Amino acid sequence: MKLTLKVWRQTSPEARGDFVIYTVDGANEEMSFPELLDLLNERLTAESSDPIAFESDCREGICGACGLMINGQAHGPQRGTTTCQLHLRTFNDGDEIVVEPFRSAGFPIVKDLVVDRSPLDRIIQSGGYITAPTGSAPDANLIPVPKDDADRAMDAAACIGCGACIAACPNGAGQLFTAAKLAHLNLLPQGQPERPKRTLAMVETMEAYFGSCTNHGECTAACPKEISLDFIAMLNHDYRRARRSR
Amino acid sequence: MPPGSIQEAWDNHRFSVRLVNPSNKRHFSIIVVGSGLAGASAAATLAELGYEVKVFTFHDSPRRAHSIAAQGGINATKDYHNDGDSVFRLFYDTIKGGDFRSREANVYRLAQVSSEVIDQATAQGVPFAREYGGLLDNRSFGGVQVSRTFYARGQTGQQLLLGAYQAMSRQIAAGNVELHTRTEMLDVVVDDGCAAGVVVRDLLTGEVSSHSAHAVVLATGGYSNAFFLSTNAKASNATAIWRAHRRGAVFANPCFTQIHPTCIPQTDETQSKLTLMSESLRNDGRIWVPLQEGDERLPDQIPEAERDYYLERRYPAFGNLVPRDVASRAAKAMIDDDLGVGPHRNGVYLDFAEAIERLGIDTIRGRYGNLFQMYERITAEDPYRVPMRISPAPHYTMGGLWVDYNLMTTIPGLYAIGEANFSDHGANRLGASALMQGLADGYFVLPVTIGDYLAAHLGEQPPPTDHPAFEAAEQEVDERVRALLAVDGRQSVDHFHRELGRTLWQQCGMARNGPGLEQAIHEIAALREEYHADVRVLGDGESLNQSLEKAGRVSDFFELADLMCHDALYREESCGGHFREEHQTPDHEALRDDDNFAHVAAWEYSGAEPHILHKEELIFQNVHPTQRSYA
Repeated sequence: MKLTLKVWRQTSPEARGDFVIYTVDGANEEMSFPELLDLLNERLTAESSDPIAFESDCREGICGACGLMINGQAHGPQRGTTTCQLHLRTFNDGDEIVVEPFRSAGFPIVKDLVVDRSPLDRIIQSGGYITAPTGSAPDANLIPVPKDDADRAMDAAACIGCGACIAACPNGAGQLFTAAKLAHLNLLPQGQPERPKRTLAMVETMEAYFGSCTNHGECTAACPKEISLDFIAMLNHDYRRARRSR
Repeated sequence: MPPGSIQEAWDNHRFSVRLVNPSNKRHFSIIVVGSGLAGASAAATLAELGYEVKVFTFHDSPRRAHSIAAQGGINATKDYHNDGDSVFRLFYDTIKGGDFRSREANVYRLAQVSSEVIDQATAQGVPFAREYGGLLDNRSFGGVQVSRTFYARGQTGQQLLLGAYQAMSRQIAAGNVELHTRTEMLDVVVDDGCAAGVVVRDLLTGEVSSHSAHAVVLATGGYSNAFFLSTNAKASNATAIWRAHRRGAVFANPCFTQIHPTCIPQTDETQSKLTLMSESLRNDGRIWVPLQEGDERLPDQIPEAERDYYLERRYPAFGNLVPRDVASRAAKAMIDDDLGVGPHRNGVYLDFAEAIERLGIDTIRGRYGNLFQMYERITAEDPYRVPMRISPAPHYTMGGLWVDYNLMTTIPGLYAIGEANFSDHGANRLGASALMQGLADGYFVLPVTIGDYLAAHLGEQPPPTDHPAFEAAEQEVDERVRALLAVDGRQSVDHFHRELGRTLWQQCGMARNGPGLEQAIHEIAALREEYHADVRVLGDGESLNQSLEKAGRVSDFFELADLMCHDALYREESCGGHFREEHQTPDHEALRDDDNFAHVAAWEYSGAEPHILHKEELIFQNVHPTQRSYA
């Protein structure tokens, strides 16, 4: 396959960035998107030009490190798929592909296609946990959890923290990420004691970094784990209830 | 080793270790390197106890650590199924699965605390799979005949890691853990014979700095990426443990590497990594190849009578659930005999047709939905209709830094936990035991045993970071970085890494022999020399430079690969994942030599050959080493 890549290059957070066009020969359909960039980087290295910085680690769609805007879509055109699981068979020989970093005010660019997603960690630190110090746990089967609740909690917990929801949102809102963690913990019996406190803290931290949700639904469409918009409704419900009880 | 019977050893030991009283814990600082299951669980627990903890990870977030990719499950001896499980049975299965090359007391303790790990994770909100009655569900894994594996769909590692990460996040918010992301540890600092801290490099600014502490814990995972193509994440590396080794920590059983039987076969030369398909799939999938060599028919055109379900045939008792080393070797034998399937004839089938017919497609989707989806994304084939193709790939390393019962290395004050140490899996790890061990070490073992070392140092301060030992280590790190940038050769880092991996896979992979290993040692030495003369690392050391990061890691892989081959050459027997072709039974099973090799081979760094060997004899008082049989 021969592809033309229009890649965002930016040497540092302060520097002005721009698109650079590269033609890549010798790609094949079996390759994943990061492997395409590996191939290009091998060539750039051979030509003594600086390789493109991008993030990708597990290359099996679970670590959440990778994340590119591919032709304007977070993680590219295939639904429910991370950048690293996007294979070139999705494209046609001769295509031009635009590659950009996840763009959002909440995710400053570090270099080329690498962005700073640390606000996601701060949202978790503000309350995305169940307080259970090591050693204090009762037997695991002491509290039965209805299978449906456990399954729904797992649906929400599948979030990989890649930030695609935020990159896809026209408002740069962090609702889907935050809602996924809140739903995971708030749906389980173990999560009930801290439910109001957790909800308030996480929502308030989220709002310090990210924009406001206006129910576009782009987040769920871009989410590689297809996390449901319903969880945002649950977040709003929990938040209203927590505010009332404060 | 602690006194008393194996059942009492851990209790006795917990009573005999020195303690640090709660109000004194804040006077001790501990550095944890790595934020996977072992590192995050240790950091959270140590901080809960009151220690001052610093965590370093090269990732942008602790949640990216490669533990996240573990799929199938975690073992524990709950015996919720009333199927005859017990602490002793998990202990026995693990010792036998490891082909009698692990330390009894450590493994027994692992089995003892396994149950608490499940309690802990459940309390944190890990959404384990449940039965309709609301109680926890289990599945089976290879090498055992009970159902003791807890799981969260095919994302068990992710959910357990998030549990530990969230517990650690709570401690970060409370100010008890200081987190350093995008910071890579490049050296351990040893002062007066004890661990005093680490030297790290900020991956964004290139700044090299030192951090001192009373103790250092390495939780930096394994070294499968020495093979270049493995199931490990791209950045997983051995630098932290290798640098510790160079500073005096003894390295145990480096040749004990695990080749996982169920990975997606390689498709071409440009491939950057291999993807695992969880072993749990062997609960319902049946492994087969055509009976006829070079059969080019599609799988659905091969009638039942012309298929060889070779694991079920050779190992009727365990069937498709034999341990990984056995399953991998059997698959290799089929592929070598031209019975392989797929476009490159480099795989075997893992077929769900019978399970789908028996259980219905919805049940199979519920159990393995995300794994099937992952497979489909990579191969563009639908495993609900066409059998999966799988082949063996490097996955886990049982070898690692030698540790005592306290998980301390041979450098006092330096600990190694999780995959980074060698202690519990012998020559072969059973499925769903890595998560168990990482969390057992981090939540329940290290937080107790580390007190024994610290208590003796009450009132002492670690050396300041302007101490000559730190300055010397920083200077060495600086020089290493500068040297890599200065080569300005012609070939990329990946080029060399790929070549190293090829040699290692061919000569020190699933089957090894004396002449091949000697050849590998020469090839690695020559390649390493070429690397330091001809590698091209562009850019500078003062900003984000991913080639430079890789270059340092590959540099250390060269040295480790050499030690792996020496260890494999030294061990004139076959055991678990270490298969020396010279030592096999008439039906091609691994042939151990207990008279000469029932020991841990622990290597001390000498700076040159010969490597210095220390032996820890393995004494079996509770199980009797036998020829493993899964038939």
